[in-house]
Amino acid sequence: MTNHWIDVRNADVILVMGGNPAENHPISMKWIAKAKEQGAKLIVVDPRFTRTAAKADIYAPLRSGTDIAFLGGMIKYIIENKLYFREYVANYTNASFLVNPEFKGPGELNGVFSGYDNKGRKYDKKTWAYQLDENGLPKKDLSLKDPNCVFQLLKKHYSRYDIDKVSSITGTPAEKLKEIYDVYGSTGKPDRVGTELYAMGWTQHTVGTQNIRTMAIIQLLLGNMGMAGGGVNALRGESNVQGSTDHGILFHILPGYLPTPKAVWTDLKTYIEKNTPQTKDTRSVNWWSNRGKYITSYLKAVYGNNATKDNDFAYAWLPKLDEGMNCSWLVLFDQMLKDKFEGFFAWGQNPACSGANAGKVRKALARLKWMVNVNLFDNETGSFWKGPGMKTEEIQTEVFQLPAASSVEKEGSITNSGRLAQWRTRAIAPVGESMPDSEIMNELYFRVRKLYKDKGGKFPAPVMNLDWNYGEKDASGKVAKFDIHQVAKEINGYYLEDVYDKKTDPPTLLGKKGDLCASFVHLQADGTTSSGNWLYSQSYTQKEGKIINMMARRGKDDPTGLGMYPGWAWCWPVNRHVLYNRASVDLNGNPWNPQRAVIKWNALKEDPKTKKLGGWEGDVPDGPAPPMADEKTGKYPFIMRAEGVGLIYGPGLADGPFPEHYEALECPLQENPMQPQHRINPTIKLFYGVEGPHQKPAAEGGSLEDIFASCDIRFPFVATTYRVSEHWQTGVLTRHLPWQLEMSPEQFVELSEELAEDLKIKNGDKVIVSSARGRVRAVAMVTRRFKPFKVMDSTVHQVGLPWHFGWQFPEDGSAGDSANLLTPTIGDANTMIPETKAFLVNIEKV
Amino acid sequence: MDVTRRDFLKLSGGATVAGVAAVGLTPEEAAAKEMELRIKDAQQTTTICPYCSVGCGIIVHTKDGKVINAEGDPDHPISEGTLCSKGQSLYQIVNNPMRLTKPRYRAPGSTEWKEVEWDWALNEIAQRVKDTRDKTFKLTSKSKVKEKQPDGTEKDVEKDFTVNRTDGIAHVGSAALDNEECYMLQKLLRSWGLVYVEHQARI
Amino acid sequence: MGRMSILVSPELCIGCRGCQTACKEWNQLSGVKTENRGSTENPPDLTPNTFNKIRYVELPSETNMVRWLFVSQRCMHCGDAGCMKICPAPGALFRTDEGAVAFDKDKCVGCKLCVTSCPFNVPRYDEKNKISKCHLCAERIANRLEPACTKTCPTGALRFGERDALLGLAQKAGYAKVYGQADLEGLGAMYAFMDAPKIYGMNENPAIPESVVFWDNVLRPLAYLGLAGAVAASLVHYVAFGPKKIEEGKKDE
Repeated sequence: MTNHWIDVRNADVILVMGGNPAENHPISMKWIAKAKEQGAKLIVVDPRFTRTAAKADIYAPLRSGTDIAFLGGMIKYIIENKLYFREYVANYTNASFLVNPEFKGPGELNGVFSGYDNKGRKYDKKTWAYQLDENGLPKKDLSLKDPNCVFQLLKKHYSRYDIDKVSSITGTPAEKLKEIYDVYGSTGKPDRVGTELYAMGWTQHTVGTQNIRTMAIIQLLLGNMGMAGGGVNALRGESNVQGSTDHGILFHILPGYLPTPKAVWTDLKTYIEKNTPQTKDTRSVNWWSNRGKYITSYLKAVYGNNATKDNDFAYAWLPKLDEGMNCSWLVLFDQMLKDKFEGFFAWGQNPACSGANAGKVRKALARLKWMVNVNLFDNETGSFWKGPGMKTEEIQTEVFQLPAASSVEKEGSITNSGRLAQWRTRAIAPVGESMPDSEIMNELYFRVRKLYKDKGGKFPAPVMNLDWNYGEKDASGKVAKFDIHQVAKEINGYYLEDVYDKKTDPPTLLGKKGDLCASFVHLQADGTTSSGNWLYSQSYTQKEGKIINMMARRGKDDPTGLGMYPGWAWCWPVNRHVLYNRASVDLNGNPWNPQRAVIKWNALKEDPKTKKLGGWEGDVPDGPAPPMADEKTGKYPFIMRAEGVGLIYGPGLADGPFPEHYEALECPLQENPMQPQHRINPTIKLFYGVEGPHQKPAAEGGSLEDIFASCDIRFPFVATTYRVSEHWQTGVLTRHLPWQLEMSPEQFVELSEELAEDLKIKNGDKVIVSSARGRVRAVAMVTRRFKPFKVMDSTVHQVGLPWHFGWQFPEDGSAGDSANLLTPTIGDANTMIPETKAFLVNIEKV
Repeated sequence: MDVTRRDFLKLSGGATVAGVAAVGLTPEEAAAKEMELRIKDAQQTTTICPYCSVGCGIIVHTKDGKVINAEGDPDHPISEGTLCSKGQSLYQIVNNPMRLTKPRYRAPGSTEWKEVEWDWALNEIAQRVKDTRDKTFKLTSKSKVKEKQPDGTEKDVEKDFTVNRTDGIAHVGSAALDNEECYMLQKLLRSWGLVYVEHQARI
Repeated sequence: MGRMSILVSPELCIGCRGCQTACKEWNQLSGVKTENRGSTENPPDLTPNTFNKIRYVELPSETNMVRWLFVSQRCMHCGDAGCMKICPAPGALFRTDEGAVAFDKDKCVGCKLCVTSCPFNVPRYDEKNKISKCHLCAERIANRLEPACTKTCPTGALRFGERDALLGLAQKAGYAKVYGQADLEGLGAMYAFMDAPKIYGMNENPAIPESVVFWDNVLRPLAYLGLAGAVAASLVHYVAFGPKKIEEGKKDE
């Protein structure tokens, strides 16, 4: 989230699209209800009438996978009706930037942007670049009139998304579109603000990133970024998926969003060079110019004293990726099926039910030599070898299943969607012989290390030199009394020497050797500081000699009255509650909306240290620099971008600088209604041959498991997966709880009364839902909450089913099996997040 | 007396008032009834809900090393004492006969689980990690790079680069771990040379 | 302390069922095996292990494809409670200081008369044949904690407080009708309705069966003389309802 949960109450309009907070984030509805009480309007857009929709002031249905068309129409409407916040757009976004005149859009090039390589299914982005002036700065036209400026290109691109066209794609009635465009567009005034809440309903598409981009463009046009009650807010699915992402348990990032090293970046210097964006604009903070400090401090945290200037801070010990190598989820299981891996850890995760195309995942698991499965309960992954269709005795996989302690049986922090890291205390000792995950890791670390120490082996250096000082050690060197606080402190980081600010004369002491770092602002690129994750620097810190676990704080003051509670726990970065908050003020630092001032510039505020006048009040600002009007020292508001402004035009993405509507891999239409040439996102990685209704496995590695069937009479209905309030994820942590199972005991499929009548299915009937890849038994829930869509003059039916169930529990099989047996192997062009929100199925009565 | 909801919330659970006798409306109904809270004298700790990402506060009541109650933390600024059905069911995560309480092992071709000792399981896993790592470890691997030719043009060439990794072990999970555990886990896995490391955030 | 009540506002309810689980957690009621019958709603009705539940009501709508209401179902803690009127076992059902209809299982004789006399079909019996129903978390209230269900409700769909204050709140908020304002000498669970009660699946004019009233006013003072609980129960049953088995009594509306 750019903002935070309580902040939703500060909105005038709340758009819920791609999410369903009443069911998946129920307590957030407290703040939506508060906003509504104060007069805010709640808009819900969803293929299905959800429990959130039931609370909406305006609800609109849309066919799964057509969000870009829906929002593209809104962009057109906002521009045409001049609803945008002109001053904000001109100064705080790249709307005024001039783009290479050779840049062309899909309206001109039959569905693709300029630079498309049909064979490689990717873009050469040369023509997408900004025009630069003689100083190397992007050329701008603040009047926004130049035909090559971003604003005009945007206008041209979305001129094709008129309401009738959009309605024919999305199936949303035209009058609903207009109503929503009007109400949401009303937040383009300085004193009105709109927020957007989304979740997997936007990410789990082949155009997932661009779904979110479309909204980001709208929020920038309306001046809703950085504002209280604004932002683009991802409602994350698990209690710590924010934290686990921050800490880099992903193939492409290290902690703190530092890219995983590639082999071609042969040393730390090259790594830093390649990952430090450059700008010649002195008014851009360009935060990532600090990359070198963060990666060096990370290496110092990981390898401690063994990371030295002389050994390039042990950069060589980090594993490296080949150029273009992708190890993301879908690829990982694809490789597993092809016998790439001997060993596999499924640690606190149940891919046999949570992975798209779960049938393929389960087959892949049987190819392993050994697997380690850590969980609180048995699950479909750990016990895959006795699952449906498995020839148990032929499966040679050894499985170790380790019992983990639950969240109240250990200590540690988790980070919520609002980036708030909160400390949990231990209530009881671990149940039975279960162990906290951290202690299992500690054991494995020590035992593997001991094997290398005793017997040697391949490239032992990274194993032997890892810094692992998490408590008192016994005679063998093993941490015997594990202390999680030591890990939290390592993440925060230390001053490894006395560290001085060399910009002052004489240099001033920032921190004393051995102390915990005050914040990432103090981190250094010369090895004199450590920090396991720069974003969390300040989370466990030291003030006047006193060590403070900031994440455990319980202060209840709310000085701004906006619900930020700066003394409650701690949020990254540096306890800033609203990201990009410098965009919430005008060029002079005065809040666009004084009633809901996130920050404001006070010219008379005296800095206690420097005695200089002028300073920010309110939330922790995005940097201390004066407002933009100060031509010498003022800074742009979007500090994470080298441009310093919000990107209406995003030239860095794989699939285009402006979002364009493409159909889902499996869709009921033969052609993309926008143009006939490119039905699907032209840059997604195809696992199964070329496009077409009846493909054969492509010679280059397509396997039958990845089969898909678009516009196919055998699978005529659009389907989506989702979650319900009573269950969580694959259900391992809820199916085993009698209270939760009682409320939602088995797999069901929701379908409209119209479709049920066609299929002669009655409410409560047992049915089989099938796709090109699998079959799932379900109870038919015939409901008015789904209605057939009118799409391109024909009727499209959509159905939906949750993915909480699995064969392993309840043991009588009464819950049915995972809806992911149906979903396809295909991912978003930028993130490779699987498309589980739009695919095709059939339904038959059992 | 103006009893608002807030007044009630502010009083926390266990340590407060002793039993209060109920008075019926008729003499027959006047049987005295002790109104004692089952969390009386319980210890209280705070935690954050393990389900979705709102991050609601929960108070856990324990007695004799057992969780006897778990309900919303009224001081928590986001949830203000409220919880959804999942958060309310935290009690059953802890008090649950289905919890795994001992390590288990499934041998190749076996049709059943066997309970094993921690020490054995951890040693066996460590050995497998080492064996697979040693067998599959790559010091170098090929990457395509653009190289300047003498005539000034660029050409794609394949070259060996240091990678120091294993492609023989993959890992998934987990967004259900604490921050400190996530950090430790990526540190540990990367020290072994794993690059196929993914979790819930991708799906 | 004045009479305490719950105010249910279905328009604010998000159907998350925190209340349903909170009740089970606090009262340590088990979850039982259910099946999906084509509805989000489960269990299908109140049970000895389910003191409150959310009913999911789908209705036609002028603006949308459906109007989906979430209505909390529970003991109403009637001011004039049929169950208390009919109960032959002294102290088995009693009214707390705060106005809740609570029970003492030790004193319940298992006659089930309360089932038949309840205008809302609330009382259930556990496996030991003892009454089992919502008691407004009597012991929590007595210790100045609000009931588990209202405490957990995130949106204010369930509010707990002094009855008069809640009534004022509902009236000020402009609801068309406060269900239970005066019925049965005022319900301890009031409903703020935008529409007619029957839209929400509620009885327009809830009333105690007349025979129960007759029993309470005329016969009860005479009947207890010299009769043990169980015998009294059968007498009450005979007088109030005739010689019909209670198990055959109505289950659903």
